[in-house]
This record gives sequence, C-alpha cells and structure tokens, in this order.
Amino acid sequence: MADVLPPLPQPNPDTQEFWDGCRRHELRLQRCDDCGTARFSPRPACPRCASLRHTWFTAAGRGTVYSWTIVHAPTLPAFAARVPYAMALVELEEGPFLVGQLRDCEPAKIRAGLRVAVRFEDVAEDVALPHWRPA
Amino acid sequence: MAPPAAIVGIGQTRFAKHLGISEAQVAAEAIHAALADAGLAPRDVDGLCLFDIESNTVGDVAAMLGLGDVRFFSTHSHGGGSYCAVVRSAATALAAGHASVVVAFRARNRGRRSSFGKGYTEGGRPWEKIAPRIAGFYQWQVPFGLVSPVQEMALIARRHMLDHGTTEDHLGEVAVAMRHHATRNPNALMREPMTLADHRASRFVAEPLRLLDCCLETDGGCAIVLASRERARDTARRPVWILGSAQTNGPAHHHPHDWFAYERRRWVTEAAARLWGEAGVRPSDVDAAMFYDHFTPMVLLALEDWGFCGHGESGGFVAGGGIRWPDGRLPVNTHGGQLSEAFIHGFNNWTEAVRQLRGTSTAQVPDAELVLVAAASSDPYGAVLLAR
Repeated sequence: MADVLPPLPQPNPDTQEFWDGCRRHELRLQRCDDCGTARFSPRPACPRCASLRHTWFTAAGRGTVYSWTIVHAPTLPAFAARVPYAMALVELEEGPFLVGQLRDCEPAKIRAGLRVAVRFEDVAEDVALPHWRPA
Repeated sequence: MAPPAAIVGIGQTRFAKHLGISEAQVAAEAIHAALADAGLAPRDVDGLCLFDIESNTVGDVAAMLGLGDVRFFSTHSHGGGSYCAVVRSAATALAAGHASVVVAFRARNRGRRSSFGKGYTEGGRPWEKIAPRIAGFYQWQVPFGLVSPVQEMALIARRHMLDHGTTEDHLGEVAVAMRHHATRNPNALMREPMTLADHRASRFVAEPLRLLDCCLETDGGCAIVLASRERARDTARRPVWILGSAQTNGPAHHHPHDWFAYERRRWVTEAAARLWGEAGVRPSDVDAAMFYDHFTPMVLLALEDWGFCGHGESGGFVAGGGIRWPDGRLPVNTHGGQLSEAFIHGFNNWTEAVRQLRGTSTAQVPDAELVLVAAASSDPYGAVLLAR
C-alpha cells in the first residue's frame, strides 16, 4: 500500500458495482439492454438511447492507447514519488474510454494504438484501483 | 432581429498573483468600476448573473452593494465553459423583460496564498482541495492520477497532434501571440516578450504541454453591466450589442472518457451554425476574437469549432502569426488572454472585447465592428458575438 493515499472513490448506488468489481480485480461495465452500447462512467441511463435498462458485465480488460500525457507537475502527494508518470486515455475493446496510469512502459515507447491490459492495485482495505500496462 | 441587449459598462480590479483581499471585495470593486463606467448606480441594477465556483452569492452581493430589486438572477456551473452562458443568460433575461440592468461578474481569489478557506469555492486550486473520498466525476480521474486540468488538456492536445499533425510550435505560437499582445497592455501580468525558443525551453508540466502553455493563477475580478435595448440607448457609453449567441453540451462534459466518446464535433458544429445563423454574419466578417485560453490547445480548437478554419487546420492557421495583432488573419486575445494578461476565468475577455468595439484596446484593430467571444471548448460550451 502507498504511504500517502490518493483521494479514493465514494461509491453510490450507480457506481458501487464498478468499485466492487475493482476489489475483485474485475473491470465491471454497464451495457444497455436496448441498444447494446457499453458505457463508462457508470450511470442510470444510456447516453445513446436513454434506456434505463442495463446489465453489468466483466470487460475483457484490454484496450488501446488513444491519447496520453507524461505528468511532471503538479500532482498530489500520493503521486509525487511517481513523477514523471504516464497517464493514458484507453479505448476499451468494448468501446468506452477510461483514463489510468500506464506503467511498465518507457515514455518513448508509448504510441497511439499501443495495446494495453488492465491491472489492479489494492490501495486501501476497501479500494483497489485499476491501471494499465502494455499487453 | 434587433439585438436584445447590450453591454454598457465594464470594470475590473487590479490583477495580481496575490491581492490580499477577500473574494467579496474583489467582486465589489469590479462591479463598482463597471457601474461607474456605465454611469449607473447600484440601485439601478435589477439582475445579477455569476458563477457557482466562487464564494460570492447573489444574496451576498445584492446586500453588500445595495442593489435594486434583483428580479432576475442566475448562477452558472462549469467555469470557463460557461462564461459565455453567464452573459447569454443576462441577455436572455433582458430580452424577455425580466430585468432592465444586469450585472455579470467573476471574482477570483485562486492564488495559493489567497486560499482563505478549505471549501471548494474558497480559493486555491480545487483539485488540491478534493475530499479524501470522492463521489462526483473526479472519482473517475483523480484516484488514478489524473488530477489537474492541464493533464486533461494534455490528453486532448496529444490527440489533436496525432490526428492532424499539430506541433508543439503551433501550441507555442498561441502562447507567443498572446504574450505579444500583453507586451502592449499595462494591466497584463506577463509583459516580457516571448519567442518560440522560450516556449520550447520551458519545462514540461504534462507532456506535450509546457509551463508556457498554461494560464496564470491570478487574483482579480471583472464585471460587465448589460442593459435592455431601450435602457442601453440612454447610458453613458456607446452600447456594445449582443448580436448572437449559442450554447452546446451534447452528452459530453470535460471528463476525458466522455469528451472523445460522443461525437463532440457534431454538437459544436451545430452550435456554430446556430450562432452564425442567428447573427446573420460569417466568421470571415469577424474583426477579432477572444477565446478561452486556459491552455494553448483550446485556442486551436476554438478556431476550428467556430468556423475560422477547417477541422484540423488550426495549426496552420496560427503558424507564422495568423492570430497576432495587427497583421494576423484573426487577432485573438488582444489583451494577452488568460495566458499572459490574467486568468479571470475568461471574464477579462469581455472587458477586452468591449474595449475593441469602443476603440480603446492597447492592440486596437482599426474600426473593429464584430468580436466573437468563445468559452472553454473542453466543457459545456458556447460563444457570444458582439457588435459595435
């Protein structure tokens, strides 16, 4: 566990399943029952068709880098020891985008389309956070 | 269609890294100055529009300044994404007859030393004051390490580079142009001339963005006074008319995971068509533009979004001085913008737009008749077209 915790999520009924999934090291997403669109972040209605019906599923946890930044400063104390670190915007195989740290990858080797896979880190008794590394 | 409302007064405080006064006093000084400029008294004010990310409220300001019966008020979210919505709201109320004189303002105490309180609205950088447990949209970014706006904008900028061949020098030219304008502006915080080499030599904050791609943390305030069409004709100044306006949100906000996911381009293109259609003019008719430049890439996006160039062509548009006064194709942020004058969440763009149309800018476009003011393209978005 990190010495200084980052701000951690406060789940609510819309988001609990995602964060519970992270604790089990599973990437849980919602898919619309009517139009089939997978979405992130979790929400009660479909941004495509407004349907209130959805089903949670476990995503493959794979995607490609859509964009990225190398963070130098400023950041929060929990991340200061990692500077410079890479933050990637990942396009999942199922469609939605997520941001996350991209670890175990030389900055010079990051490119758009780089295939990445999710990993989870247990940072508190009740919280695990996803990050990415080259697949 | 006759313009529904006009800006008849502008006011601002001193801009500084640290003013050492309260956010309430910042608001009071800016509003006082704007009312004096308009030749109006606090009692004449019957409408008030502001932001929700400052500590001032409608009630506080009305009581503090002894305003008249404030029969229209609105408070807007989204900061730089909606500083045009604040003014559009005022203009809409004036057109509907819900008020006759509306004050719109932004007061900021955001320098680190001005951080009087721990609350989100009480100064300091919001992302540094985030709670140990996050329920809102920041839960999808901050726990992972994406903590500040510059990092979000870096993701947007990188993708623009990948898709369109935009270069770091294109970003640098935005910063250089803003500084070029600021060197002429005695109110600007940063007046030392800057070159592309200076930009290239500045340290990375969040690659590909460098320190000189970032706006200034500033204390200060700006206020404007708007009046109805009838009322505007007998104020002290020649009115600056609201010729057209547009807002857009679509299903996206500024979370990076939504920003790229939901056809943002379509929504902003439709908003631009509404704006130009309402005003009955074209982008090529515009004499100068005030764009939200909290970070350099946002100026590139604004040029494309509002139709000054094609999608992906903004790098070429700015290269070689395309947005520099006096010879550029479109002088942008002739006061120096948020990058070099001060970061008042875009509200100093209003004061400069009005100065251009009054003929009193320190980088005056000769005989300027039309100025576009546009919001932060990373957020719920909008623009207002002003005319002399």
